[in-house]
Amino acid sequence: MSKPFLEVDGLSKVYPDGQGGDLTVFEDIRFALQKGEFVCIIGHSGCGKSTILNVLAGLDEASSGNVVMNGKEVKGPGLERGVVFQNYSLLPWKTALNNIIFAVKARWPKWSKDKVREHSERYLKMVGLDHALNRKPSQLSGGMRQRVSIARAFATQPELLLLDEPFGALDALTRGVIQDELVKIWEETRQTVFMITHDVDEAILLSDRIFLMSNGPNARIAESVQVNLPHPRSRATIFQNPAHHKIRDYLVDFLVNRSGSAQPEQDGTPKVIDPSAGDAAPKPAPAKPDTETETAARAVNA
Amino acid sequence: MASLNVRAALLSISFLILALGLWEMSTQPPAATQATSEYELLMGISGQESRVPPPSAVIKVAWAELSNPFYDAGANDKGIGIQLAYSVYRVLTGYLAAMAIALPLGFLIGMSPLMYKALNPYIQVLRPISPLAWMPLALFIIQDSDASAIFVIFICSIWPMLLNTAFGVANVRSDWVNVARTHELNPFKTAITVILPAAAPTILTGMRISIGIAWLVIVAAEMLVGGTGIGYYVWNEWNNLDLSSVIFSILMIGVVGMLLDLALGKAQKLVEYKE
Repeated sequence: MSKPFLEVDGLSKVYPDGQGGDLTVFEDIRFALQKGEFVCIIGHSGCGKSTILNVLAGLDEASSGNVVMNGKEVKGPGLERGVVFQNYSLLPWKTALNNIIFAVKARWPKWSKDKVREHSERYLKMVGLDHALNRKPSQLSGGMRQRVSIARAFATQPELLLLDEPFGALDALTRGVIQDELVKIWEETRQTVFMITHDVDEAILLSDRIFLMSNGPNARIAESVQVNLPHPRSRATIFQNPAHHKIRDYLVDFLVNRSGSAQPEQDGTPKVIDPSAGDAAPKPAPAKPDTETETAARAVNA
Repeated sequence: MASLNVRAALLSISFLILALGLWEMSTQPPAATQATSEYELLMGISGQESRVPPPSAVIKVAWAELSNPFYDAGANDKGIGIQLAYSVYRVLTGYLAAMAIALPLGFLIGMSPLMYKALNPYIQVLRPISPLAWMPLALFIIQDSDASAIFVIFICSIWPMLLNTAFGVANVRSDWVNVARTHELNPFKTAITVILPAAAPTILTGMRISIGIAWLVIVAAEMLVGGTGIGYYVWNEWNNLDLSSVIFSILMIGVVGMLLDLALGKAQKLVEYKE
């Protein structure tokens, strides 16, 4: 196997717990991403997923450990890593098009005005917003805003795209539509994507691998689940594949029964699981469903 | 039913007529019950003289002044337009100078918690000082009454602009700053393309408060330094015991103040955004 594109080595984050002690949110996070992979990370609230993503983005600093991308250590934010935030983070005084132009100009400062505009318009068209170029974010629906935000991230053609629960604030119907669009764009661009989600079905639809995090504090990335489903995928047909059920059952079982106790391999890397090849949850699972956890609830309701 | 605007306008006009009517009636000279004595006439103490002038007299003055606002007949006799222009000129000069200092300094304080903590005590002490209290010091140091008036405007309009700029800059949503960071904008570009437009509504609010205060203060400042300006004009007419002119110039101060505020209000509209 060639040297991975992104290597995360022994990341941990420690906060003061407000009572004089320390709180370790997550520790010894180790994983690697290959170029062109789409990886989702799932875990209950409070396990530090967003912090991990912000460390990858360079917006936050880990207490220990390091991140190496393309052989260079990640220090601070950079244009080679694009971020889509849950709350869209569009600049409200700029139109949809100008929000994208803002990013494209930052990426390629030497481009001519026409080239910047043409490039930006192309990406807005890709998310189906060519009719809303000149509208301000306040005049767009939540779904349309997130489309602009996704277009902005893709338009800068980063080497690594970080999505922080991008569809978390959207209603189920809109979410489905944009998921399909994301699948389409990803098939075209084959970006390397690292995405946080709370939605098991979304993770299966989009990713090649799914990282499962154990509960915080002291959360770990315990398992890495292979999603062996053929591309291109679509929401309407993906569940017809028998492997889909196996993967889904495995994920839900992890989130409901095992997220409190799961541990990675001895060397700290996540256990590699391939449910479609028959890997199943270790039995007997402790029969004590964690009813408080929103992820499990959503996963089961979905 | 007429629209709200029409009804409001009708009501406004009725209030005006009512107020002017009451004013006119209450300032009528009492019917002479006995002939004014020759002595009273000579001394100018017949009742009529010490009354507030009725609106009809004020309107007469206004008509005369406004039909020739820019005449200049020597140091103590200039048209209302010239006097107002002097005041507006002083206000704008002091105001622009304050802007030139307050905006960059506000950015610095807003972006750097260190500078905020270091400078905040001075701002808190200097801010509540009545701008006119600076006048003697300004006159002594600058040795020029006109420049001293401008300095007083400068010192009174700097605080709201400075504090609002610092507040607006410090409270720009971290998401937007993160957008700038992930796009590798340098601090200067971040300040210009993200923080300035994000904080602009708050900054403009400070500027609007400042222009209001500056216009309040210029009248008092010009009463002190004298020579020209609407404040001097009011005081001069008081010394002339021409109350009709005093009332007329009070109204003009109000009108110009309103126009200055309207202009800033328009500017505020331009930079507003909805989230």
